[in-house]
Amino acid sequence: MRIAFASKGDNRESMLDERFGRAARIVVVDTDSGTVESIDNTAGISAAQGAGIQAAERVANLGVEALVTMHCGPKAFAVLKHAGVEVWSAPSCTVGEALDMHREGRLARLSEADVDTHW
Amino acid sequence: MNGGGSFTVAVASGKGGTGKTTVAVNLARSMGTRVTLLDCDVEEPNCTLFLYGGIITTREVGIPVPEVDESLCDACGECSRFCAYKAIVSVGSAPLVFPGMCHGCGGCALVCPRGAISEKESRIGTVERSECGSVTLVTGRLDVGMAMAPPLVRAVKECSRAGEPCIIDCPPGTSCPMIAAIRGADMVLLVTEPTPFGLHDLGLAVNAVAEVGIPAGIVVNRTGPEGLDVGAFAKERGIPVLLEIPDDRRAAEAYSRGELLVDAIPGWKSLFELLRERTVAMAGGRMTREFRQGRDRRPE
Ligand code: SF4
Ligand code: SF4
Repeated sequence: MRIAFASKGDNRESMLDERFGRAARIVVVDTDSGTVESIDNTAGISAAQGAGIQAAERVANLGVEALVTMHCGPKAFAVLKHAGVEVWSAPSCTVGEALDMHREGRLARLSEADVDTHW
Repeated sequence: MNGGGSFTVAVASGKGGTGKTTVAVNLARSMGTRVTLLDCDVEEPNCTLFLYGGIITTREVGIPVPEVDESLCDACGECSRFCAYKAIVSVGSAPLVFPGMCHGCGGCALVCPRGAISEKESRIGTVERSECGSVTLVTGRLDVGMAMAPPLVRAVKECSRAGEPCIIDCPPGTSCPMIAAIRGADMVLLVTEPTPFGLHDLGLAVNAVAEVGIPAGIVVNRTGPEGLDVGAFAKERGIPVLLEIPDDRRAAEAYSRGELLVDAIPGWKSLFELLRERTVAMAGGRMTREFRQGRDRRPE
């Protein structure tokens, strides 16, 4: 299974970003093979509007099954839901720690957005 | 002297809370002729707090937003790649539309190779008109959650009347809604406070107005012994200070009761009449050099 993480960096040791739309990178971990890749998410950082939607579109196009993020706004959530990507909420921790928590079933799955706009 | 025929004055400020609406409503009341006041601060219209009159008409305003016929869509994503505002998003499926973010440009419908997108009108807010003595007040009200202020600002501005002076209460700041509000005005009154933040935002507003190419005058609100010297900044930028409104507890009290300063404080009527004269002169391009350099007179 491939899982995306909204992160400040590009590997397992990187911290999650408290924002989703404006997170620096999206780290993708393949839990079967153990490979870690990452893509740039900064194209949305200067966008006056729609950074969250853009990030969601990016994640959806990665073909992942789930996204782990600290927060997710309503528009981004709508896009992810539409694309069939599960959204899991994590505390402030590293990608590796969040991955462990996901595997151990300790993360909460979001059924709706947990922040208003501008995340 | 009367209001002097037909001209448009936009009252703006680099940030909220400077007294922009106070200046707009008191100036409107001081015109001495029939005047139209356009409340274009559509996210927070509050001229109605100071000018009362029954609402005569309310009209809905909308913009065309895309509607997708899923049976025609093959999920190619062209629409989504085209839209710079991320108001239509396709993720390997028929696209999702976020009407609140759509600018109504119609581009997605044009680029859709399958002709799956048509346009439907989506409400963004309302325009109300009320008569308050000599002032016709037109208020734009943006619906909650809508990002698209400029089309509503333009709808409000269409309600100005030929042959009658028009005052526009602009959205605060210097972004698109403010630019949409000042465009086409004969002059802009920039309301500021004599504080470091006030001066900083005034600088931004002066630049924005200069870019649109409209003459500007400054109104300094809440002046007092502790205030910064806005005059020096004004001189440097070559913009006249048309009025200084003293910091006065009575003004704050009148505001909190929803009263006009010209009605509530003796002598302040002449203050706003002075502003009217200078504004009319400037809007009509009749301001002399001497007048330009003149500073305000305090009320007796
Ligand atoms: S009409 Fe323009 S702004 Fe609205 S969704 Fe289509 S392309 Fe985007
Ligand atoms: S451009 Fe047309 S066909 Fe392609 S995804 Fe958008 S609506 Fe569907």
